[in-house]
Amino acid sequence: MPAVRGDGMRGLAVFISDIRNCKSKEAEIKRINKELANIRSKFKGDKTLDGYQKKKYVCKLLFIFLLGHDIDFGHMEAVNLLSSNKYSEKQIGYLFISVLVNTNSELIKLIIQSIKNDLASRNPIHVNLALQCIANIGSREMAEAFGNDIPKLLVSGDTMDVVKQSAALCLLRLFRTSQDIIPGGEWTSRIIHLLNDQHMGVVTAATSLIDALVKKNPEEYKGCVSLAVSRLSRIVTASYTDLQDYTYYFVPAPWLSVKLLRLLQNYTPPAEDPGVRGRLNECLETILNKAQEPPKSKKVQHSNAKNAVLFEAISLIIHNDSEANLLVRACNQLGQFLSNRETNLRYLALESMCHLATSEFSHEAVKKHQEVVILSMKMEKDVSVRQQAVDLLYAMCDKSNAEEIVQEMLNYLETADYSIREEMVLKVAILAEKYATDYTWYVDVILNLIRIAGDYVSEEVWYRVIQIVINRDEVQGYAAKTVFEALQAPACHENMVKVGGYILGEFGNLIAGDQRSSPAVQFQLLHSKYHLCSPMTRALLLSTYIKFINLFPEIRTQVQEVFKQDSNLRSADAELQQRASEYLQLSIIASSDVLATVLEEMPAFPERESSILAVLKKKKPGRVPENDVKESKSPTPITASNHNNEVNTSVTNQADLLGLSTPPTSQPNNSSNTGVLLDALGDIYNKPSNNVSAQNSSWTTDPKKFVCKNNGVLFENELIQIGVKSEFRQNLGRLGLFYGNKTNSPLQNFVPAVILTNDQATKLSVQVKNVEPTLEAGAQIQQTINAECIDDYTDAPSISVSFVYNDAPQKITVKLPLTLNKFFEPTEMNGESFFARWKNLGNANQQRSQKIFKATQPMDLQASRQKMVGFGMQLLDGIDPNPDNFVCAGIIHMRSQQVGCLLRLEPNKNAQMYRLTVRSSKESVSVEICELLAEQF
Amino acid sequence: MMQFMLLFSRQGKLRLQKWYVAHPDKLKKKITRELITTILARKPKMCSFLEWRDLKIVYKRYASLYFCCAIEQDDNELLTLEVIHRYVELLDKYFGSVCELDIIFNFEKAYFILDELMLGGEIQETSKKNVLKAIAAQDLLQEEETPQGFFDDHGLG
Repeated sequence: MPAVRGDGMRGLAVFISDIRNCKSKEAEIKRINKELANIRSKFKGDKTLDGYQKKKYVCKLLFIFLLGHDIDFGHMEAVNLLSSNKYSEKQIGYLFISVLVNTNSELIKLIIQSIKNDLASRNPIHVNLALQCIANIGSREMAEAFGNDIPKLLVSGDTMDVVKQSAALCLLRLFRTSQDIIPGGEWTSRIIHLLNDQHMGVVTAATSLIDALVKKNPEEYKGCVSLAVSRLSRIVTASYTDLQDYTYYFVPAPWLSVKLLRLLQNYTPPAEDPGVRGRLNECLETILNKAQEPPKSKKVQHSNAKNAVLFEAISLIIHNDSEANLLVRACNQLGQFLSNRETNLRYLALESMCHLATSEFSHEAVKKHQEVVILSMKMEKDVSVRQQAVDLLYAMCDKSNAEEIVQEMLNYLETADYSIREEMVLKVAILAEKYATDYTWYVDVILNLIRIAGDYVSEEVWYRVIQIVINRDEVQGYAAKTVFEALQAPACHENMVKVGGYILGEFGNLIAGDQRSSPAVQFQLLHSKYHLCSPMTRALLLSTYIKFINLFPEIRTQVQEVFKQDSNLRSADAELQQRASEYLQLSIIASSDVLATVLEEMPAFPERESSILAVLKKKKPGRVPENDVKESKSPTPITASNHNNEVNTSVTNQADLLGLSTPPTSQPNNSSNTGVLLDALGDIYNKPSNNVSAQNSSWTTDPKKFVCKNNGVLFENELIQIGVKSEFRQNLGRLGLFYGNKTNSPLQNFVPAVILTNDQATKLSVQVKNVEPTLEAGAQIQQTINAECIDDYTDAPSISVSFVYNDAPQKITVKLPLTLNKFFEPTEMNGESFFARWKNLGNANQQRSQKIFKATQPMDLQASRQKMVGFGMQLLDGIDPNPDNFVCAGIIHMRSQQVGCLLRLEPNKNAQMYRLTVRSSKESVSVEICELLAEQF
Repeated sequence: MMQFMLLFSRQGKLRLQKWYVAHPDKLKKKITRELITTILARKPKMCSFLEWRDLKIVYKRYASLYFCCAIEQDDNELLTLEVIHRYVELLDKYFGSVCELDIIFNFEKAYFILDELMLGGEIQETSKKNVLKAIAAQDLLQEEETPQGFFDDHGLG
């Protein structure tokens, strides 16, 4: 047993020794239970227990708690210790409470008075004890109780430095719990001026506080920038002897330097004050210069502290992203670290370079280090460092080096750690798509990915290659040939079978002329894999086979034999059984014309952001460089003929390549909101412009009315008319916007831009085609917007149209008819199943949403019916016993899920009120649907 | 801001834990177990930093003890290593060549020293001299008080 320092508690030491001597877990528990019983009886029975004993027992309880056991008593004794006049007892009381209290807020009320007393003490050691306790607990109650006292303590001239330090950080802790405790006004400047304090410890603590305050209110605390730059300047130019004990291993005040550099990253470079900006750049240069000086000590502490400041300075340089010279110097410095013998430095250099790669000033400089980075990816012993190298390669990739980087990543993938394979696959797939100039290369890369790391190729990746092949005529023949060859490998991955099956089913005819890949050979090759595959893949192959019957009538009997096999026609898997039997019948009954129509080539996919990118972003929030998002290339635009195609072939659901959720043979989708984009609005635009000029200057139509309709005039004033036609299927939508110039002169700089809120942007993917910048007099142009619902969202995005008319800039912002209900698919159901589901969904409160509201329009049954139908759900008649009530059902389609939704609207004519109830499996959906519909009546 | 600091032995025994964010006990235990396992599995030459959930873990081994800190994305990894080092220096100075046993038997002191160095997850005082002065002042206050011994129930406590 080592010597016990200061005022040690012998009983405690003996107890700890006992515990350490326990040979088994059981013995330990037994000893602890004995101790707990002892302490409990002392606390209960012994009224003469003195302070020392209380302290000792409380400390034992604390020790037991820290061993991982629950403690459910002793809190009161600890609270009593707070008011002891002996410091050591008080301190143990505070410690116990700091460690154990966050589970027991009742206790907090009891200790507030004791803390108040200590806070008012003249002894700074007591004050600090109280401040530490407040900071350790940091609860809302603490903020309420001490929110007034602590700011005073912080800026008062009488407060000692040690107390100021604690007060600053204590205040910071409370500010993090409740943001409203910081007084504004004159306090702001007093707090900022702590940066000038004589005492380095006070400045260090205050900088942390100011950093947090700035994040909440940058404008108010703007004054801190010049003070922080001055302070930083004084430190970096100081010699290490100047700052005495605040120099750490020959580095002057590294903690304060880092904090100041971090604080400055809350602002853009101080442009309005060139003096400050110049001084800041000098500081940054000095830090970069110092990095080149020989080390003043061989100790790792010296290099760590020095480099900590350097990395923070580089972060600031990257954040400012304005000084090309500094960015390139930073890059060179990091380049040196890439071959440093310290693993930590290599790791940080790779990470930091990732950010540099996204700056236009330093992107080229980063590329110079490509070889070293590739070596890091291959040779580093530590997987976390290899991971950083992969991230950096991804960030530094562009058109010029894409082929090489992708090839190196593919090579490495064969031996890569399992933990990073999936992410690497995503990255390779994204880079290959983004920088492909030749799509045969892209197809090769993806097939290689499947070959090398098939298990890690997610659905998104192979969906995407199919989307791209379908949208690009020039690569289809090559793709068919390549997958055919790939499938000849004796053991090929199931994902390869999926891609192969799909592509041959669509484009097998392109290689059928070659005897080596004749229809029969293709079919046999695919079918040789059939029995090794999962039911999902088999289902896909069955669809391929029926497509083969259409493409190659000569193998019809062979294919029909497969459909007829018991293992398919009588498969235990309902999906396979259904496909086999329906395809078989289709092949027997349907004429070749019908077959050709049903199995027509897949239409092109709508333009959209790669879903792979979304997966990567989800995996690594904040780690996918932003410029990727903007540049993301999509499949070719859809041609006009494809429009028709798409509408005709309601056979296969386009969002779901396998067609599993809606088997191809199901009835055509009879959804009421899938109209063809007819030019039915044409007449509106042909009105002579002078007709309208007499009318009001603006007739913005009510955006609410588009909740229940898809087509109409979205906006009109004397200059412009904006019409919309939209169609929706599943989770996809296409809007055609028609801009008509009603004036006699052209509208210049014509730019429509879609505005999404942050929330919408993650949940609704919107692709907009650009339009010509000039809209001629009297002319009309069309713009297509493709939307995909990823997750449920609120409200609707807007479109902001800006243009110049007669030299006057104009801007119009209108809500798009793109509300969540557009993704409804109406669902037919009978009363029995309706009520069963209704009841089911009602069990959990969070699934319901209800609104009772006054009618704003006359209660017209017929008009209401029309609205309900337009809303997108199926209106179910004869289910509600009251014929005036409306009952509806529908499914909202989103990329990853579908949410079933039931609704009931009860009009009360006498009261002129409605009650609207929505139930769905997702609370946010219920709420939004309820909101949207309630505004309609 | 630092979210927590853990000290544990090579055998995976937790010796000290300091949480700067409030978590339920159950979650604390889960986090602790997870990190101890992860870190003990790493080889000596590996990098001292790892990404873990949305935090950065910085750890370093001193003799038989691992010091492990969880910091946020904005925080500086290298300087966190030096926070650890400064803490080790302070313990070393206070106990005189500190060893694991000192921390086990005087865990309350280890807490008091840490509270002087860090507060609310931020560095409070980087000067070694100043921290030791504060601790010495505390000890002085204790010694002025009545010494124990009279009531101490030898071995029975």
